[in-house]
Amino acid sequence: MPRDFTPKVVTANALIEGDVVYLTRDDQWTRHMSEAELITDEAESQLRLLMAQAQTETVVGVYLAEAKAGANGPEPVHFREAFRRTGPSNYRHGKQAELTDV
Amino acid sequence: MYDYTEFDAAFVAERNRQFRQQVERRLSGALTEDEFKPLRLMNGLYLQLHAYMLRVAIPYGTLNSRQMRQLAYLALRWDKGYGHFTTRQNIQYNWPKLRDVPDMLDALAEVGMHAIQTSGNTIRNVTADHFAGAAADEIADPRPVAELIRQWSTDHPEFQFLPRKFKIAVTGAAADRAVTRAHDIGLQIVRRDGQTGYRVIVGGGLGRTPMIGKVLNDFVTQDDLLPYLEAVVSVWNLLGRRDNKYKSRIKITVHEHGIDDIRARVEDRFNLIRPTFTGVDLALFEQIKSAFAPPAFRTDSTAVFDTSYRTDPIFRSWADTNLAAHRAPGYAIVQISLKAHGATPGDATAEQMRVMADLAERYGHDELRISHEQNVILPHVHKSDLPTVHAALKKHGLATANIGLISDIIACPGMDYCALATARSIPIAQDIARRFDDLKLEHEIGELKIKISGCINACGHHHVGHIGILGLDRAGVENYQITLGGDHTETASLGDRTGPGFSADEILPAIERIVRTYLDYRDSPDETFLQTYRRIGMEPFKTALYDNAGANAYAAQ
Ligand code: SF4
Repeated sequence: MPRDFTPKVVTANALIEGDVVYLTRDDQWTRHMSEAELITDEAESQLRLLMAQAQTETVVGVYLAEAKAGANGPEPVHFREAFRRTGPSNYRHGKQAELTDV
Repeated sequence: MYDYTEFDAAFVAERNRQFRQQVERRLSGALTEDEFKPLRLMNGLYLQLHAYMLRVAIPYGTLNSRQMRQLAYLALRWDKGYGHFTTRQNIQYNWPKLRDVPDMLDALAEVGMHAIQTSGNTIRNVTADHFAGAAADEIADPRPVAELIRQWSTDHPEFQFLPRKFKIAVTGAAADRAVTRAHDIGLQIVRRDGQTGYRVIVGGGLGRTPMIGKVLNDFVTQDDLLPYLEAVVSVWNLLGRRDNKYKSRIKITVHEHGIDDIRARVEDRFNLIRPTFTGVDLALFEQIKSAFAPPAFRTDSTAVFDTSYRTDPIFRSWADTNLAAHRAPGYAIVQISLKAHGATPGDATAEQMRVMADLAERYGHDELRISHEQNVILPHVHKSDLPTVHAALKKHGLATANIGLISDIIACPGMDYCALATARSIPIAQDIARRFDDLKLEHEIGELKIKISGCINACGHHHVGHIGILGLDRAGVENYQITLGGDHTETASLGDRTGPGFSADEILPAIERIVRTYLDYRDSPDETFLQTYRRIGMEPFKTALYDNAGANAYAAQ
């Protein structure tokens, strides 16, 4: 039995704007968590992470964040990732001001 | 006011030119992030939760109107129209884009400002009493010596790779408004036998292992000050733990070796290096001092003030709460609250910055200060101008009469912005301020300092808050720990933990129970929260917080 693996998404910050991005199934970076690839296999997650970390000209601070499947794609598990997906709570700045699906 | 010398300006211009090229090389892929990160940090550029963050130093918290206007310009041109003033007298921009940062730094250099040594293991921005040069109780203006230290420490070759960051604060009065006892070095200007010198306090600091600084030397003369400071920093530079970043600050070195051992080592080192200081620093100090000469205060009637004070209750409430005693007759120190009820502590919009700059220029001898309590100060305003100043502030949401009261909360950015945070701070501050405003209780409560940090690093000074709140992550949920009885002044003490923490929903009612307990127990309206706590201790507050019967009694009120 493989041990339980919490699904992950690969996330980072965009190099120029600094805003939060997620890796998609077709190796693109998206601003929408819902479009991210939800990785359910641990070995696969490590491979995807290495691939993403090599893209130092596009993104910084790449890591794996826990996520779960939602009706419209991956959703955050931890509140930190929920804030990263949305933006700060004191102003309507960041993603919540720019995106429609959060 | 001190102006940059040509040397300073050339140094900053050169650093900006280098950084512009470094950014270009990063964008072209010639530099990896690992190579670039230390370079951007040296220029105050962090990567935070949602974006980059640029931290700009405001040395000893002093600005002129031109500089404040430029800060407003940066906010409008390259950020989202506001800036955040921090507990270390810096301003932070939360949304800069990497490719714009070199332009932002150039714009800052136009007004003699920069972001150098606002990060990294260096000597950071030297902070000072925000009433410097104005306070009635001041022995001497702490800013000339702060400026001397800034020049000595900037790009000091021995101190660019210290075991950890190093923070210095200076106060010129016995009343400590600069939190000197929570700094790596705190300096207090003192007078002995007609001579002015410095009490050197060392090893204070908050964060994971909070410590109140200890007196290393009761009196260091002006002649000996720089070599003495250099001796302190270099003793720590050698001794400080580089193997463990949680043990690297000087507070741990002092704790592990004992203050007497450190004192002896500093003396040895001092005797060795003292002869290499030939007096250039003293000549420089004299020069700096003249640049901080007080403005020409005018003598004028205060009748206008007296009339407004008598007839306008809103003005009177503001004057009673937000003014402080000035050393010149007829003058007052104006504290502008950046804590409107429900606003983000320490944030000012570009428009508000411009209003404050205009007021400083017209009515305040062109001076502004940023306080570690995240407010703005007009240090020199003649009382006859106060009704006009108040009216202008009011129009722009800057006349909240709450300085030193329960809604004048220090809050770090917390998890709304900070990548290191374990919980949010800002919404907690907003909730508390709104609640006590609704209750119309804050003037009744009187002096009460709440300080909130979003993680153990304690940028929000929670350990020294009368009520401290620390946001933590407990199993994936925000949880808030409370401490009581902290004090950031000359009678500094660390707060005591009440017990288990509270969820985000429970924290506001918990604070309310604490405050009601204080109101029940104080022996008169003159006894402050801190005095009451020191008299009655933790038990009644614990009962109110954790004893169900007590909790329900208040819930039913
Ligand atoms: S206390 Fe923690 S959360 Fe707050 S600003 Fe400092 S590092 Fe960030």
